Amino acid sequence: MRAPDRQDRTGTGFRRYRAVLVVVLVCVALFAGFLVFAHRAAIAEQAPPPRTAFSQAEIAHGATLARIGNCTSCHTAAGGRPFAGGVPIATQFGTLHGTNITPDPATGIGRWSERAFVRAMREGVARDGNHLYPAFPYDHFSGISDADLRALYAYLMTRTPVRADAPANRLIPPLGFRPLLAGWKLLFFRPARFTPDPQHDAQWNRGAYLGESLAHCSGCHSPRGALGNEQRDHPYGGGWAEGWYAPPLDASSPAVRAWTAERLYTYLRTGLSTTHAAAAGPMGEVARNLAQVPEADVRAIAAYYASGMAGARASHHEPPLADRKPAATKAEPEGAALFAGACAACHEPGAPMMVAGRPPLPLGSQFHEDNPRDLIQTILKGVSPPVGAKGPYMPAFDNTLSDRQIARIVAYLQTRYGSTHWRDLEKAVAKARKEGQP
Amino acid sequence: MIDLNVNGRTHRVDADASTPLLYVLRDDLGLVAAKFGCGLGQCGACTVLVDDQPVFSCLTPIAALPGRVVTTVEGLGTVQHPGTVQKAFEIEQAAQCGYCIPGMIARAEALLRRTTTPSENEMRAAMSPSLCRCGTHMRILRAVRRAAKMRGGGVTDPSEPVA
Repeated sequence: MRAPDRQDRTGTGFRRYRAVLVVVLVCVALFAGFLVFAHRAAIAEQAPPPRTAFSQAEIAHGATLARIGNCTSCHTAAGGRPFAGGVPIATQFGTLHGTNITPDPATGIGRWSERAFVRAMREGVARDGNHLYPAFPYDHFSGISDADLRALYAYLMTRTPVRADAPANRLIPPLGFRPLLAGWKLLFFRPARFTPDPQHDAQWNRGAYLGESLAHCSGCHSPRGALGNEQRDHPYGGGWAEGWYAPPLDASSPAVRAWTAERLYTYLRTGLSTTHAAAAGPMGEVARNLAQVPEADVRAIAAYYASGMAGARASHHEPPLADRKPAATKAEPEGAALFAGACAACHEPGAPMMVAGRPPLPLGSQFHEDNPRDLIQTILKGVSPPVGAKGPYMPAFDNTLSDRQIARIVAYLQTRYGSTHWRDLEKAVAKARKEGQP
Repeated sequence: MIDLNVNGRTHRVDADASTPLLYVLRDDLGLVAAKFGCGLGQCGACTVLVDDQPVFSCLTPIAALPGRVVTTVEGLGTVQHPGTVQKAFEIEQAAQCGYCIPGMIARAEALLRRTTTPSENEMRAAMSPSLCRCGTHMRILRAVRRAAKMRGGGVTDPSEPVA
């Protein structure tokens, strides 16, 4: 009885060994197959095209498109040369750096052909065949027309070349291994050229084209999944960008005054809506870029997004503004004192800033969003145009006030003006300080 | 009553918790270096240091200050023994009317406490919240570059050398 038993065991061991070998081989084969699947060929380098390769009209059109696309937010560092990259971009997966997209042959895109540029924009693949991270919004740029891509190429290739290597990305392993991005694309990337909707007029369709493709508004204003994928089934439901909350642009808009096309146009154009608030955080630069493009394009974008918010509550009813000052002072005496010393000189009714036409605090969407992040960030960082530029201004209070003190002011303001019930404010302030810091 | 630590001394101040620090400094403590410019945190003439950070004292309620250390320009040196930043401003003759200068000095002091080797851009960004109506910016920047050098560092990529 023992001999067959032993034989059996030996047989089982061999079969196990064979099974492991098969699994290993299958894994190797799958991995090799994946690498083949992920592989993209390099596109040959070419000598940088001379300026005469492009018409003046194309270059000028490209300049407009680059502003609408807000390229500078990721590709021009604070105080740095235009489009020379190096901007740290904090994500939940680590810090990426915007690349140099000047036509420098060594460190920029000087040796990229138009075909390589178009492939990067539409497929998220660099000239050398490397996959690009989806922080570069090729999922939107795939919608851009051929003519517009050509104009953008013309504009970028005629900028001043700057020799500057972007700092290395700092990502959690194994995300530095770019072939993995082919898997991300397989799951989430659905490239599609823009098609107009015949149900809507030409202006709406122009706004839809610009907003959905080039301006990639939903990149910030839509929620994202665990892998950083935009949740396409819930577009414009509100999202996160650089430590700020980008409020919903759909029927769930928390604004207390309707976003009409006219109001939205003024906001996008000037960075200030007297019925809402000033463009703060990453939106500030969007508004500064849109101030410099043809009016018709900004009106089109405004018309498109206003129609998306047509079902929001403020469209049906614009409530009288609440000011529960005595109740708030009683409930939050510390917050009231801090507000009186730090904020009231500008924000109390009758203050010089209010007389100058700034929106009253209770109009600010920050008070009506389902989280306190934007109110906290506005207090921490203020609202500031870049050095030397014009625009709405509020000083930053990050050095002046502690987490607890900001939490008390937020609690006071919430009681005085708010329509929501935020909790754990001190923790929320600490978190806001941390997030968005690359 | 609120206890304030200003220039290394504790002062017991009888003022409402919402009173801006600037008023207490000038009216109660007689420290008149920091100036009232706009009262809105837009000009920087009132800048002082709180825990080594530059703040607009016109928008800093004293309720925010218990347990924190306030330093005004009076705390950086005296006429006989000026601090490095004060000395650098004097050498470069950075003041014209002088109204913005205490805020400028406080802001420069905060920068140099953080780093004595800032880049030119870093220095300009740090100084930018303070405005000067006379237009002595180039001299003020020279003074900050000089002060960085006097502290054993220096602006890493100065747009002009320290003479």
